[in-house]
Amino acid sequence: MKPFVLNVALAAIAMSCVGSTASHAAWEPVRPVEFIVPAGTGGGADQMARTIQGIVTKHNLMKQPLVVINKAGGAGGEGFLDVKTSSGNPHKIIITLSNLFTTPLATGIPFNWKDLTPVAMLALDEFVLWVNAEKPYKTVKDYVDAAKQAPSGSFKMGGTGSKQEDQIITVGIEKAIEAKFTYIPYKGGGEVAVQLVGNHVDSTVNNPIEAVAQWRGGKLRPLCVFDAQPMAYDEPIADGKAWKDVPTCKSQGLAMEYLMLRGVFMSPKATKDQVEYYVELFKKVRATPEWQDFMKNGAFNTTFLTGADYAKWVAAEEKRHEGLMKDAGFLASGN
Amino acid sequence: MEELANLFHGFAVALQPYNIMLMIIGITLGVIIGVLPGLGGANGVAILLPLTFSMPPTSAIIMLSCIYWGALFGGAITSILFNIPGEPWSVATTFDGYPMAQQGKPGEALTAAFTSSFVGALFAVIMITLVAPLVAGFALRFGPAEKFAVYFLAFCSFVGLSKEPPFKTIAAMMMGFALAAVGLDSITGQLRLTFGVTELLNGFDFLIAVIGLFGIGEILLTMEEGLAFRGGNASINLRVVLHTWRELPAYWMTSLRSCLIGCWMGVTPAGATPASFMSYGIAKRLARRGNNFGKGEIEGVIAPETAAHAAGTAALLPMLSLGVPGSPTAAVLLGGLLIWGLQPGPMLFVEQKEFVWGLIASMYLGNLAGLIVVLTCVPIFAAILRVPFGIIAPLILVLCAIGAYSVHNSTFDVMLMLVFGVLGYLLKKCNYPLAPLVLAIVLGDKAEESFRQSLLGSQGSLGVFFSNGLVSTIMALGLVALFWSAIQEGYSRLRTSMA
Repeated sequence: MKPFVLNVALAAIAMSCVGSTASHAAWEPVRPVEFIVPAGTGGGADQMARTIQGIVTKHNLMKQPLVVINKAGGAGGEGFLDVKTSSGNPHKIIITLSNLFTTPLATGIPFNWKDLTPVAMLALDEFVLWVNAEKPYKTVKDYVDAAKQAPSGSFKMGGTGSKQEDQIITVGIEKAIEAKFTYIPYKGGGEVAVQLVGNHVDSTVNNPIEAVAQWRGGKLRPLCVFDAQPMAYDEPIADGKAWKDVPTCKSQGLAMEYLMLRGVFMSPKATKDQVEYYVELFKKVRATPEWQDFMKNGAFNTTFLTGADYAKWVAAEEKRHEGLMKDAGFLASGN
Repeated sequence: MEELANLFHGFAVALQPYNIMLMIIGITLGVIIGVLPGLGGANGVAILLPLTFSMPPTSAIIMLSCIYWGALFGGAITSILFNIPGEPWSVATTFDGYPMAQQGKPGEALTAAFTSSFVGALFAVIMITLVAPLVAGFALRFGPAEKFAVYFLAFCSFVGLSKEPPFKTIAAMMMGFALAAVGLDSITGQLRLTFGVTELLNGFDFLIAVIGLFGIGEILLTMEEGLAFRGGNASINLRVVLHTWRELPAYWMTSLRSCLIGCWMGVTPAGATPASFMSYGIAKRLARRGNNFGKGEIEGVIAPETAAHAAGTAALLPMLSLGVPGSPTAAVLLGGLLIWGLQPGPMLFVEQKEFVWGLIASMYLGNLAGLIVVLTCVPIFAAILRVPFGIIAPLILVLCAIGAYSVHNSTFDVMLMLVFGVLGYLLKKCNYPLAPLVLAIVLGDKAEESFRQSLLGSQGSLGVFFSNGLVSTIMALGLVALFWSAIQEGYSRLRTSMA
């Protein structure tokens, strides 16, 4: 408890200092900053937000406390609407995942990423095709053949959420190999991985961090990664294989690519100074050993974008999601 | 034998002075978190998680799990004293705990609750120590169909075993299901019954409903009955603890049964809430004084508390060995493990022996420390009831409002709580039971989700609920529980005709 009390005390002192030297050019938070997570506790976005919070506290990167708040209602819509309506409040930032695009498209909630101010892309999360290690399929080809031979709809794909990234990838695979899966939505990625271990579904597209423990335990097998190039991490994980040894799906004849945004936005009408402050903060966070460990554990793609590049990337990705979701028939009526 | 050696090594780790200090801090914080309705164990652990990043992982998990134990203990306090469950699994504790407090026996009720909690947790920890790998494998057999069967059993044991008129029970339960359906439909990803109101995106949170139905509803009733709080003559010294302890061994059968139910529910992982309800329902039917349940029977406190704690503790097992959290708090702890660079899963027990056994040892010690802390405070808690109602009622109202607000940091929820309060008052006046309503709000959407997942998997065939021995057995138990009264009647009629 001591360090916490100390931090609060320091923060209080720091605040009074900031107050007296307010004429300073660069902007700095003068109140605790709310870090909104549009997803439940324990999920990927939540873990990342809490890791950042821990790093910021440990290395004293901010003079004000950073407070993580989960607003998971309506597939994250609750969190997005909260930030959207906090126009001009620079003490509110939000971490996003693909539900930035999928939630408004699937539910018709009145929200678009253009309502927010883009800050930075922190990383991209990979998706890997997993099967149970007891199953005979050793390669993507074995898997595709088995899926094609099974009666239509009897092959079960487990995933997180409905009409979100996992199901979009599933529809992509269905198109690519001309087979029909039954998609079963679960609440969280860890649960999905365990359903696969228990053989209640036939395959999943879990993020690396959600399934790595089961891979190491010899329960699951990665077949391919939905990225343009293999993952960068070469530390062996199971049977002498590393993330780097997982081939891309495209190279195995399964033409589907998908990466998920882990980025930060802030409330509307933020000034340049304010955006700049958070960009600098995240640069500092990225330089810490804790962050690098976190990236390695989750085998993240560590692309970092800010400013116009980031906005351009998000715009392109929005277009792509619109196309993918329209093809899959996931758009809310009235859109 | 290797396990025992590991365990003793674990005790050595947990007994370092620094870790003992963290343990006591954790328990105290946990009790405070548990007492405040709304600020549940999951929120508490999430808020305090970043503080632990600079500690060694073993110390960090010891402190966080002690917060968890503390919250489990604390949840019982407001349930018994004010009829306001601080945590979902304390709802069943109010049924007999609150009447006991009103009859001037709050000390007895609190002692029974705390001691049973300890017994349940201890039983679950011993199970974790001895049979961890075996039980972990069992959890893997639970797909959607098996999960639905467990929820089905929880609902059935409540309808079939309760002594209320079955149609009133079912009516209340259906209302709960309707409320649970509001929000995002997790299977289709569409919004349901929100009528375009942004505040309803999240659905009706269980805690708001409970704080309103029980807390506010109770205050309204008490006001109507003349502002008298009937716990005033409570004895407030520590002798009440010893006195209650002498009584407890007589209920060993209920305790054992509740321990087993709790461990099973915790591992599967259905969680502490169905465990406490199921255990209460079964105890009510099987206990010798079952007819008195709901009027202040000590067994009605023992059954749910033992099961809730056994489940809460057992829930950590699937989290450690499979990476599946058995409760919301376990989910947050899981996030913590990942941040400390530990991967929960089959390899954790092999690669991180010191951590795992340090944690298990801290479960023994943390629960013991928790029991001592809360038992010494029993007289203080009981003394709260001596404060005149005119002073305590506004305080409870404020506490409820803070609790409702802190669930989602939203003022809308405070209004909602008041609406639920009026609803609770009306239902009570019309003699509708509140418990089935609450049970349906908590488990309704989970049951629906598992049901629809099962049907997706089976392509619409209901046969999936009888497709293997495990799921058929649970479903059959559920049906027996549902029609228990009819079966019993038929049996006795058969016997008379034979005679």
